[in-house]
Amino acid sequence: MITNPTGRLTQGQFSFLPDLTDEQISAQIKWALAHDWAVSIEYTDDPHPRNTYWEMFGLPMFDLKDPAAILMEINEARKTFPNYYIRVMAFNSTRGVESPAMSFIVNRPANEPGLGLSRQEGQGREIRYGFHAYATDKPEGERY
Amino acid sequence: MSDTENKPSELNEIDIDAIYRESEIQDVLDRLDAELIGLVPVKTRIREIAALLLIDKLRRQLDLTAGNPSMHMSFTGNPGTGKTTVAMRMADILHRLGYVRQGHLVAVTRDDLVGQYIGHTAPKTREVLKKAMGGVLFIDEAYYLYKPENERDYGAESIEILLQVMENQRDDLVVILAGYKDRMDKFFESNPGMSSRIAHHIDFPNYNPTELVQIAKLMLAESNYRMSDEAEDVFAQYVVKRMEMPNFANARSIRNALDRARLRQANRLFNSRGRMLTKADLMTIEADDFLKSRIFSDGVDDNSEDGE
Repeated sequence: MITNPTGRLTQGQFSFLPDLTDEQISAQIKWALAHDWAVSIEYTDDPHPRNTYWEMFGLPMFDLKDPAAILMEINEARKTFPNYYIRVMAFNSTRGVESPAMSFIVNRPANEPGLGLSRQEGQGREIRYGFHAYATDKPEGERY
Repeated sequence: MSDTENKPSELNEIDIDAIYRESEIQDVLDRLDAELIGLVPVKTRIREIAALLLIDKLRRQLDLTAGNPSMHMSFTGNPGTGKTTVAMRMADILHRLGYVRQGHLVAVTRDDLVGQYIGHTAPKTREVLKKAMGGVLFIDEAYYLYKPENERDYGAESIEILLQVMENQRDDLVVILAGYKDRMDKFFESNPGMSSRIAHHIDFPNYNPTELVQIAKLMLAESNYRMSDEAEDVFAQYVVKRMEMPNFANARSIRNALDRARLRQANRLFNSRGRMLTKADLMTIEADDFLKSRIFSDGVDDNSEDGE
């Protein structure tokens, strides 16, 4: 792809960097825990940028003190969904904020076909543009 | 310390004192000595563990292999011998020696680990384990986890997950099992895997009467009370009598006895209205406050009247 030479999905933090090592993931989670953010793990097989709400893996993890616990859960998620996108989110529950503070991908499918540009001709000579993830041609669960 | 870090070799000398001071471990051990009466075997073992971890730290600095020793423990002993108190200290000690990262203690019992229906136990146990990561997981009355008379009990599932994490994530958490000696022995007999994964089996001895009196004084001092000299003599007798009673629970019984004595002291002061009280009056527990205990009159424990 011309716009994204690595052919990788770029969403959330660090997505233009090489994959984070477990150590680096731990360090990021440590940062989140130090701010009292609730960390959770989500997965999906639909890489469309407007696919905002991914499935949650397990429960949101409140009251944890150490990144090792979350890394354990990440590895569990990787084992269950080796060929899915998995991301780690940190939720800031401060009143008035109540939104995700961090979000980064920790697992990707081995092969990412990427997104295609689709055009739709509308009334007159109007053209509507859209993204289409090649992977979503197949039904859910068989995409990667 | 900085010169040893640059070039580790056999010739290098390391300043054990510097590392010792840095870890502030002496501070914890001193507090342990001051605040915990008796318990000599326990203190000895803690000192040994502290020494081992300290030496391992030194070895690592000199690039010698320092295997990560297993620190899982089992505390056995009669009720009220200080198992929970020591577990709290243990978390602090292990944290200062850099063995656990956060140094918090998560105290749980069977209810927190074992679920009520199929598929409930594993997530519950994992949840607790996750909370304890980076610290110490203290399982009180651990023998309840395993109920041999019920084959379908979910406790076994919980034990299995525990074992797995105890083995694979030794760096991430320390598990301390606690319970009464005989029942714990039985528990370990039926779970040999558990027993072999626990490096330190520490037995908490009972306190003797002198130690119990000392403990009482310490407890009173903590809440700004003190015993008069007479009261101390009477209390020593009280302790001896109380020890012969059936449900005697070491330091816990002492705490209860003191609570009742404070009740009587308050009552006595209340009844002496009409004269001025001094600060000393409010602080002092008199012999009378102990003598009114039913242990002296009827030879029964005060607790027995309210059917406890």
